[in-house]
This record gives sequence, C-alpha cells and structure tokens, in this order.
Amino acid sequence: MKGLRFIPSGTHVPFLRVRMIAFILSGLLTIASIGLFFTVGLNYGIDFRGGTLIEIRNKSGPVDLAEIRAKVSNIGLGDVQIQEFGAPTDVLIRIEQQPGGEKEQQKSIAKIKETLGDSVDYRRVEVVGPTVSGELIQSGAIAVLVAIFSVLLYIWFRFEWQFSVGAITALVHDVILTIGLFCLLQLEFGLSIIAAILTIVGYSLNDTVVVYDRVRENLRKYKKMPLVELLDLSLNETLSRTILTSVTTLIALLSLYIFGGQVIRGFTFAMIWGVVVGTYSSVFVAAPLLLKLDIKREWSGVSGAKAKEPASQSD
Amino acid sequence: MLHFARWKIILVLIVSIGGILAALPNLLSPKALDALPGWIPHKQVNLGLDLQGGAHLLYQMDERELVRDWLKNIRGDVRDALRKAKIGYRLLKISVPSRTVSVRIRKPEDFDRALTRLRDISVPLSSALAFTGQQGNTIDVTRGEGGQILLKITDQGLFQRIGSAIEASIETVRRRIDAFGTTEPTIQRQGRGRILVQVPGIKDVSRLKALVGETGKLEFRLVDTTSSVQQAQQSGRPPPGTELVASEDGFSSAYLLKSRAIVTGESLVDAQPGFDQRTNEPVVTFRFDTAGARRFGRVTQSNVGRPFAIVLDNKVISAPVIREPILGGTGQISGSFTVQQANDMSVLLRSGALPAKLTILEERTVGASLGADSIAAGEIAALIGLLAVIVFILISYGLFGVFANLALAVNIALIIGVLSLLQATLTLPGIAGIVLTIGMAVDANVLIFERIREESRAGKSVVAAIDSGYSRALGTILDANITTFIAALVLFWLGSGPIRGFAVTLSIGVITSVFTAFTLTRLMVAQWVRLRRPQEVPI
Repeated sequence: MKGLRFIPSGTHVPFLRVRMIAFILSGLLTIASIGLFFTVGLNYGIDFRGGTLIEIRNKSGPVDLAEIRAKVSNIGLGDVQIQEFGAPTDVLIRIEQQPGGEKEQQKSIAKIKETLGDSVDYRRVEVVGPTVSGELIQSGAIAVLVAIFSVLLYIWFRFEWQFSVGAITALVHDVILTIGLFCLLQLEFGLSIIAAILTIVGYSLNDTVVVYDRVRENLRKYKKMPLVELLDLSLNETLSRTILTSVTTLIALLSLYIFGGQVIRGFTFAMIWGVVVGTYSSVFVAAPLLLKLDIKREWSGVSGAKAKEPASQSD
Repeated sequence: MLHFARWKIILVLIVSIGGILAALPNLLSPKALDALPGWIPHKQVNLGLDLQGGAHLLYQMDERELVRDWLKNIRGDVRDALRKAKIGYRLLKISVPSRTVSVRIRKPEDFDRALTRLRDISVPLSSALAFTGQQGNTIDVTRGEGGQILLKITDQGLFQRIGSAIEASIETVRRRIDAFGTTEPTIQRQGRGRILVQVPGIKDVSRLKALVGETGKLEFRLVDTTSSVQQAQQSGRPPPGTELVASEDGFSSAYLLKSRAIVTGESLVDAQPGFDQRTNEPVVTFRFDTAGARRFGRVTQSNVGRPFAIVLDNKVISAPVIREPILGGTGQISGSFTVQQANDMSVLLRSGALPAKLTILEERTVGASLGADSIAAGEIAALIGLLAVIVFILISYGLFGVFANLALAVNIALIIGVLSLLQATLTLPGIAGIVLTIGMAVDANVLIFERIREESRAGKSVVAAIDSGYSRALGTILDANITTFIAALVLFWLGSGPIRGFAVTLSIGVITSVFTAFTLTRLMVAQWVRLRRPQEVPI
C-alpha cells in the first residue's frame, strides 16, 4: 500500500525568483497593518477595555434583536452593542465600562437582568473592571514579547545569528499581519487572541526552523552551490512536508472553526490565519532573507562545531 | 535506529497502554467507573468552569478600610495609654493616606514618658517575616515637631496585617459559600490583597455575590434620644459621642446612635433563621456568648423604655424599644424579611464579619447549558478533525500512514490520560489545544517519512533509508517542537484561567507527539521491517 505523492519528487519551484515581489508584498502588508493599528486600531474586547459581556438565550424561540436593542438602549448604560451569537435564539450584549470604578460595573448586570427579566436564560456573564483590564493588557503584551525573545534566544543558540534574525523577522511579520487583519476586520481582540498569537509564534517558527535546518545541512553538503540555488533546493526538498503539515493543521483548525462553537471562533480564526501566513513567511520571507543576511559558507571551525548536532551529521 | 532493546519495547508498550487506561475513565459513566477493578486509574479529567458551568469571581480586599480600622484601634490605644499614665494631650488625629496617628503632648516634661508608653503599642513583626530578614515592628513610633508623636504603620506591618486579614476572609467566605452546599469551591489568595473564588455548578450567582461581598459587621447600639435626627442632619454635626447612621428599617431614613456599640457580632455564638411566634414573619434568632450576654443584659436593664438599634454593615436594620431587660443572651432580629433574606442573614452572622469589604474586580460566569454545549461542540470538532486528518494521512502515506494514525490515536489517549492523572483542568481553549495537536502531531511523522522517501530516492536500501530517515529527522523535530513548547510555557506562565488550559494541553501534546513518533511509530515500522523484509519503501 503506497502513499499518494501530492508533491512529485524532483519538483523544482523557483521560489527565490519571486523574492522581490514577496518582499514588496510583505513590506506593504506590514506597513498597512501598522498603519491600521495606529489609525483604525484594534477592537479590544472586555478583557482589555473593561466592561460587561452577557450572552443570553431566548427561552421562547428566535430573538427580536430590535426589541432587545430598544429595551436595553434606554437604561443609561452608555454604549451597548447587541449582536446575534451563533444561533437565532442567542444574543451577545456588550456594555462599555461604566465610569466610577469597580463597583459600578456590577450595576450593569443588575440593570440588564431587571430589564430582560426571566424570559431569557443568562448563559454567560463576564465583567472585567478597570484594574484587571489594565493588568491583562500588560501581561498580554509581556507574554508576546517574552515568547518572541525566548524563541530568539533558542534559535540563536541553535543556529548562527543570521538565521535567528531571519526567523524573528518572519515571526514578527506574522504577528503584525495577524494584528493588522484584526484591525481591518474589527474582530474582537481579547485574551484568547493573545493565546492564538503565541501559538502562531510557535507554529511560524516551527515551519521556519524546518526550512533552516535543511538550509544548514545543504550548506555543509554543497559547498560550491550558489546560495540562491541552494535556498531553492532546500525549500523544494522541504516543500512536501511544509504543505502536508500545514494541510493537516488547517484541517483540524477548520473543523474547530466550523463545529467548535461560537465562543472560540475568533481564537480559531486567528490561528487559521496564522498558519497560512506562517507557512507563506517561512517560504517567502524567512528563506530569501538569508540571502540578504550574508550567511557564512564555511561551516568548519568553531562556529560550525557549535551548531553541529550528531543526528544530522552522519556523512 | 531500527533496533529496539527488549526493555525499550516493553517500556513503550507500558507507557502507551498506561495512557490508554488513564484516559479510559473519561469514557465511562460513573456506574461503570465504580465497577472497574482497583488497579485501573479512576480519575477523570477535571473540567474547567467554562465547560461545567460555574462562577469565577476575583475579589479585592479594601486596603484603605483595613488601614482605617487599624488606625482607629491605634487611636483608641493611644487614648487609653495616655489617660492611664495621666498625660495631657490634644489633637489626637488619624490620617489614612499616610497611615499615621498623630498626637500632641501638652506638657514638654511629659513627652519622654509619653513616647515610652506609646512605644508599647507597637508589636514586633511575626517571626515568619522577621526570619526573612525584615526585622522591625508593626508600628513606627517617632517624634514629630512641636511636642508631636507620630505612630506610623510600617510597610511590613501592613503586609502582615493584609496577610492575616486575607486568611481570615478566606475562612469567612468559605463558611458562607458552604451554606450553598455546592461541591468543591476553590477559594484562594491571589497576589497582595486579592481572593479568587471559583464555585462550579452554582446557579444563583447574584445571591452568591450578595453573600460573599457583604462585610457582615453586626453591632447593637443605643439610640440617642436627647437630640433629634433632623437637628443633626441640618447642622451636619451630631452631638459628641454619637453618629448619624442610615437606616433600612422602613420607619426612619436615619438614626442618631451612640458611637460605642453595646455588643458586636464577635460576641455571637449562633444565628439561625426562624419565625416570630406572634406575627409569624421570618426573623433571625441569635445567641451571645457569656460575656456578651452579661453586657447586653446590663445595658438593657438600665435602658428599659429606650430604643436600641441593630446595625449591619453601617445600616440600621431594626430599632426596637427595650421593653424589658434581655438577660438570657438570646434575641431575635426582625425587619420584614423574606424567608431567604432571613436565611442569608443568619449565614452572614454565623460566618463572622470580614476584616474589610471585598470588591469584585472580575467576574466570569458560565451557565451549565453553555458549558454542556461547549463540550458537545468541542467533541464534534475533535472527532471530525481527527477523522479528516486520519483519512488525509492514510492517502498520503499508505501503510506508514496506518502506523502514523495508530500513533495519533495513542497520542490523544496519552494527552487525556496525562490530563486525568495530573488532574489538570480541561477548558474550552484546552479542547482547542487538543484539536490543534491532532493537526500538528503528525508533523513529526511527516518529517520522518519525507526524509525516508528522500533517502530511498538517493539509492539507499530500505533498512538504511528508514534508519537514516529517523536519525536525520530527529534534530529538526526537536528544534521545531521546542519552539512551540517555549511559546506554550510562556502562555502557561502568564496566562490565566481558560487560556492556561490551552497552554497545558498544547505542551502535553507537544511532548506526547514527539514521544509517539520516536517510539511507537518507529517500533511499528521496525517490527514491520523485521517481519516482512520489504524490498522497497512503501511511501
């Protein structure tokens, strides 16, 4: 019983030929993302902005959104957003943070419950006060930075610094593009999206590391091959794996996106995007960057021994 | 790489079967679980609040209130000490922001004596803190300008006080939540002055919040009848020794009460809900300890015909007139309560007062129905994802795909088994982590199989191709997985609640997938090579 080859052996796609187009595209998207972040901005969820979120299910069939909106908008809670959530019976109510400190936030729930009464089932209530939301922003940002920094250290330890710079550039590219997409689509940006971004950090590196490992190996194997050709060869040799792993991961994530319920849809969406961007960046950003970063061709000597590992050095 | 020592084979099989057995209890009903033989693990995965429903409440203790109460006590101690020593003083004041009590001594010749007396108020820090090298007292007593003495609460003193107040609060909160009869609430300290309360399966969250957040400070105080409430309200200055206290008894909006309490809630030994024998309305009956009963008896004896007030958390709930001396040490509080109110109030009084008010900083409540929906959705997503990945791998790698898929199944069992054994909490993002692992777990096998394909294409024999495929992919696999693992660790370290659940399943998944790829799949491939002696690599 033989497997099917999605990528025939001996495939040679000249990836590096389009590197300028890829650089320009990535550069533009990165600039656009940063621009969006500073102009439109992220649509922060209550985790980071504070406020109240209430998910209700109407006990008697589909909900009349307009009716709920009319009821809820007149009780003096400021900006209240109402949207259908996953099913026609379910509604998500978001109430902005109330002025006056922690205690005032509790009044939002009381007022909503008073207004909507017992005709609905309160499925989820989340209240984040000003203190905690401030802390969550801080720890979220720290988490992303610490994660990037520690994988930087790891890559630096395992590879030459040029690889480290290339990998981190690809990684930051992926994170920025994810944030850009969330700005563009104005999807809610909460704690779970931070978790997704950290997973993207892991995944993006995973992909890049596999390509770089092969590049390093080929650098030792073909000492005379021009770098462009060598990078292309490495990319093609790992192409089958890159695609297979991305496909299985995407299959699992798509299943989660479609069947996993509304609550984690934003989280899954971020990761699907991350896998797509991560795969793109390891092929079109991370590998071509090595061209610009002036990698050493001689792997003998001290630095070569340091990067050497017994398993991949059998010949 | 294809040779396995016998003990290694046994070890791999033990781990795999052990993982499956540890995961097994999760598929069984409680009844079937009881019927299992004793040597099989019985632990099921611990479901997070977002999956089983429940309330997550983060409380902040009011540090200002704690400081204010302590300063008031110190002020009382200063007054007592100076009076006892017959030292004249003036301007005895407290300042909450600077955590200081200040007093001026009238005569300069008394000053040194006063300083010595007041130094006695300060107590050394408890040994636990002194042991860490922070020696010192709870209060710094220093000389100020112009005959002033300053008593300042030290940082360490405050820290120690907050610690003991938090511990006392946790006990009180636990007693209050126990009144709900729910299973296994978690009540723990977080950071400097916070308490995290997690109650699985609770339905009436607003009642829970009402009961946990109330300070529950009960006082019995005499009503001042010499001056009227209106006078005090208009002038804004009640007569010395009295205070204006808001009321909820339905008769008056406020009462003028003596500042000093006759008896406080600390003297209560019991409080129970009941019914008034005449009116049949719900009341709370209570009993004082001996000292409290004696004091209450004495005061009521000399104040027959005058009203006294029952004050809960600085609000008058009832102000009855003393008809006869209350000597038995028991009494009842009435105030047109509902049955539940009377019930909750007795819980509140029985559990004792909180050292300071608790304010909710964060609340996350999930209903049981949403939790069940999330589990169902997560299960469906995991199954469909798994099935699709299995089919895809089978198409891609044929026979070796079967090996990889078997390893994937064991891998999932291992994740669930490890979660059950560690009693880690499975959350909705945690389920997402498992589904993600399903997608990423095959990566290690893909790397190996692709490598084997290449090696065999390069002209190596089957055994040599497989062998070097495994050994060459090892470094890459480790590098690739360690990066994901680092990200998961950071997430675990800095994440909270449900997110942490994701970090847990992701990191367990990384470890188990590398393990299965390098032991289980390899073992299967090795056995196959040994038995079939293949002429070409079937991938």
